[in-house]
Amino acid sequence: MAAPVFKNPVIRWIDHRLPIFSYLHHEAYEYPTPKNLSYWWNFGSLAGVMLMVMIATGLILAMQYTPHVDHAFNSVERIMRDVNYGWLLRYIHMNGASMFFIVVYIHIFRGLYYGSYKAPRELLWQLGVVIYLLMMATAFMGYVLPWGQMSFWGATVITNLFSAIPWVGDSIVTLLWGGFSVDNPTLNRLFVLHFLLPFVILAVVVLHIGALHRFGSNNPLGIDTKGPQDTIPFHPYYTVKDMFGLGVFFIFFAFWVFWAPNALGHPDNYIPANPLSTPEHIVPEWYYLPFYAILRSIPDKLMGVIAMGASIVILFFLPWLDRSPVRSGTFRPVFKWFFWILVFDCVILMFCGKYAPEAYWTPFTFEIVDAATFTERYAALAGLSHEAALNAVGEMWGVNFASGTFGIKIVRLGQLATIYYFAYFLIILPLLSIFETPKQVPLSISKPVLGGGRAAAHAAAKPMEKA
Amino acid sequence: MSASRVILGLLTLLAGLAAVAIVIANPVAHSEVHAGHWSFKGFFGTYDQAQLKRGHQIYANVCAGCHSMDLLAYRDLQEIGYTEDEVKEIAAAVQVMDGPNDAGEMFERAGRPSDRFKAPFANEQAARAANNGALPPDLTLIAKSRAGVGFLGYEGADYIHSLMTGYEETPPEGVTLGEGLYYNHAFKGHQIAMPPPLVDSPEAPLAQQAEDIAAFMSWASETNLDDRHRMGIKAILFLVIFTLIAYAAKRKVWAHLH
Amino acid sequence: MAQATHGGPAESGTRRDFLNLMTTSLAGFGALAVAWPMIHSLNPSKDVLALASVEVDLSAIEVGQAVTVKWRGKPVFIRRRTEEEIKQAEEVDLATLRDPQPDDVRVQKPEWLILVGVCTHLGCVPQGQKPAEPRGQYGGWFCPCHGSEYDTSGRIRRGPAPLNLEVPTYTFESDTLVKIG
Repeated sequence: MAAPVFKNPVIRWIDHRLPIFSYLHHEAYEYPTPKNLSYWWNFGSLAGVMLMVMIATGLILAMQYTPHVDHAFNSVERIMRDVNYGWLLRYIHMNGASMFFIVVYIHIFRGLYYGSYKAPRELLWQLGVVIYLLMMATAFMGYVLPWGQMSFWGATVITNLFSAIPWVGDSIVTLLWGGFSVDNPTLNRLFVLHFLLPFVILAVVVLHIGALHRFGSNNPLGIDTKGPQDTIPFHPYYTVKDMFGLGVFFIFFAFWVFWAPNALGHPDNYIPANPLSTPEHIVPEWYYLPFYAILRSIPDKLMGVIAMGASIVILFFLPWLDRSPVRSGTFRPVFKWFFWILVFDCVILMFCGKYAPEAYWTPFTFEIVDAATFTERYAALAGLSHEAALNAVGEMWGVNFASGTFGIKIVRLGQLATIYYFAYFLIILPLLSIFETPKQVPLSISKPVLGGGRAAAHAAAKPMEKA
Repeated sequence: MSASRVILGLLTLLAGLAAVAIVIANPVAHSEVHAGHWSFKGFFGTYDQAQLKRGHQIYANVCAGCHSMDLLAYRDLQEIGYTEDEVKEIAAAVQVMDGPNDAGEMFERAGRPSDRFKAPFANEQAARAANNGALPPDLTLIAKSRAGVGFLGYEGADYIHSLMTGYEETPPEGVTLGEGLYYNHAFKGHQIAMPPPLVDSPEAPLAQQAEDIAAFMSWASETNLDDRHRMGIKAILFLVIFTLIAYAAKRKVWAHLH
Repeated sequence: MAQATHGGPAESGTRRDFLNLMTTSLAGFGALAVAWPMIHSLNPSKDVLALASVEVDLSAIEVGQAVTVKWRGKPVFIRRRTEEEIKQAEEVDLATLRDPQPDDVRVQKPEWLILVGVCTHLGCVPQGQKPAEPRGQYGGWFCPCHGSEYDTSGRIRRGPAPLNLEVPTYTFESDTLVKIG
C-alpha cells in the first residue's frame, strides 16, 4: 500500500519524520473490513468509547474526591451538591460502569456465538479476557471509594475470600488490608490502583486492537475474507455505522443517567460505612452477580473461590475446548441451542447471585420467600405438622404441585446453573466439535455457494444486513 | 429480515429485559408501602417549592430535635424558594460552635448561610443517651438509603410517607410490643423506636404533613432532580436528532452496497 | 442491486456530503456540550463561593487598633486609623509615590483602612498589625522578606514592592458591620 499523500504541509512534515498519520490512515481509514459485519460488531467501538468516558469523568471526579475514611463519603456528597455539574459527572461515571459492562458482555457473547475466539484469533480473545479481568478489578475498587455500607462490606467480603488460600491466606489478607480490617490504608491504596488500572486497560486495548488488525475482524459467516471483493475500507462505512450505533447507545445511557441514576445500584450505599453494623444482604453490583452465585454454589470456601476464578480462567482455554472447524454459530444448528441456553443460564446465575441462598423462589407465584415462611406455607397447604413439613422441605426443594407451593432454594438453582455453565465449556463444546454436523458453509463472503444449504445460499446472496 | 433473525432478535431482547428486571427488582420492597403521587415523579417531574418549604418547616419544628441533616447547608434552602434574607434569618436563629478564639476557647456564634445545618447532638453517644440507646439517623440521604430508589427514584418518598402514616396505637393480635417501641406498618419488623412524630390537626392533616416531609426528604437527598430532568430532556432531544441524521448518513454511505 | 433513484453521482455526492457534515457537526457540538460541564466543574464550587464574602463586626476594634481576618484564604488587614495617621496619609506628595494614589480613593470611611495583607512584591504577609511588630518608617507595614515598607494608607514607599497593598471590594452594611468580597 503506497503511503497516502496528505494535503497539509505541516502534516506531511511530521509524517515524514514520525509516520503516525500514515499509520492511522492505514489502520483506521483504509483498513479492509469484511463487508458483511452486522450491528453485533458495533460493541467493540462502544466499549472503546466507554473506556474514554470513564477515564475522562474519572479524572475530573478524582480532582474533587478525598480518599480518606473520614472524608470520602462527604466528598462524594459535596460533588453531588456543591461542585458545578458534579452530580452529572458522578452519575455518568457511576452508570457508565454499568454501561461499560453491558457493552462488554454483549461483545463477549458476540465472540462466543460467532467463534471469534478460534484460530488465528486466540490471543486476541485472551487479551480480551485480560481486559475483562482488569475491568472487574477496577470496578470493584471504584465501588469501594464512596465508602458507603456496601462499599465497605463488599470490600470486606471480597478481600476475605483470599483467606481461603491455604497457609498464606491470612497473611495475604492482612497485606491487602494494610491492617486488621478494611480501613483507611485499604481505601487509600484502592484509590491509587483504581486510578492506575484504567490506563493499564488502555494499554491492553491497544494490544487487543493490534492483535485484531493482524488478521482483521471475524464476520457473521465466520469465513475468512478472500480478497478485496470481500472487504470495504473502515472509513467511511464503519465509521458512520459506529456513529449511528453510538447515538442509539447514548440514548440508552442517557435514560439511566437522567431518569434512573440509582436504579442499578444499591440503596445501602447511601449510608456511610459502619464497621459495627452489617447490612442484611451484602450484594455486589449487578455485573458480578453471576460470579457471586457460582461462589455461593459451593459450600466449601476454598472450592467456591476456585470455582469462581475457574469460571473466568476457563475462557482463556476456549479456543482449545471448541475445536469445531466451523466458526460461526450460524452454521452450527446444535451449538445454537446450547449457546442460547448459556445466555439464559447466565441470566439465571445473575438472579441467584442477587438473592439470599437460603431463600426459596416460588415460580408459580413469582416470589422470593425466606425459608421459615416457605416451610410455614407448605405445612399449612399440605396439612402437615411443622416438623413433618421441615423434613419434607428438606435440603433440596419443597414440592407439592397440587397446592402450588413448589419452590426451589436459590442456592440449588444456582448450583444447577453453575453445572450447566461449566458443562458448556468443558463437556458440550468439546463433544460438539466431534459430533456436530454443521451446515454447509459458503465458499466466500461475496460469491454464492455452489449448491449447499438454503441458509448458506441465503447468507451469500445477502452479504450484509440492511440497517 | 428472515424469520430466524427475528426469533434471535426477540430471544436477545427477552434475555436483556429479564436481566434488567432482575437487577432493578427491589428485594426489600415492603408490601405495606403504598405508592403516592409526587410532583417529581415521571420524566418531566419537578419539585413543588411550596411543598418543600412546608416540609422544611416540619423538619425544623419536629424532626430537628433528634435528627441531624449534616450534609445540607442553610444556603441550600435558597433552592426551595426562600430568599437570601430569609435564609440569613433562618441561619442566624441558630447558635453554632466556632473557634478556638485567640484565648484558645470554643465559642458560640449566630449561624451563617454557609454553615451546615446544626446537629441536635454533639456526637453519636450523646444522641443515643438521649434516646434510650437508639440512634436517630441523619436524614439527609434517608430517602435514597432506606426503601430503595426503585426505577424512577420515588420509592423513598413512598416509604417515608407510609412510615409517617403507618403508626398503629394498638398492635394487631399476637404481636407483643417491645419496651419503648411503637407499632408501624411500614417499618421492617414493624416495631420502631421512634414515637409517632406527626400530630394530626384540621389545619395540618397528617396525610398532608407526611407528604410534605417525604417530599422535603426526597429533595434533601437528591437536590439535582430539577436540573437533571431538564438536562435529560435536552440531551434526549439532541441525541434523537443526532441519531436520525447519523442513520440517514449511514444509509447514504452504504446505499450502493445494499 | 439498489437503484439510484435520487439523481446522479453529483447530487447524491452533495447530499452525502451534507449528511456527513451534519453528522460531524452534531457530533462536535455534542462533544463540546459534554466538555463544558467537565471544565466548569473545576470552577469554584458552591461551598467555596459561599465563603467568598466574610462579614466583620467592627464594634470591638478601638481607635489605633488593627485586626486581621481571613478572606478567600488570604489575610485582610483592618486598621482603625488615628487622626494623626489619617492626616499623614492625606498629606503625602503623590509625586513621590511609586504607585501614586490619593488616600481618599483607597478608603470609603477615612477611619477604616481595609487592605489585603499580601505584599505586592512576592506575596509575604507584612508585619505591623500587632502593637509589638515593626511598622517601618512610614507608620504602616513592614515586610520582613525583602524590606518593603508601606505607609498609613498602605501605599508602597520603600523597598522592592511595585504596587500599593490591594484594597478589596467591601461594603459597609452598617456603621459597625462591613462585608468584604
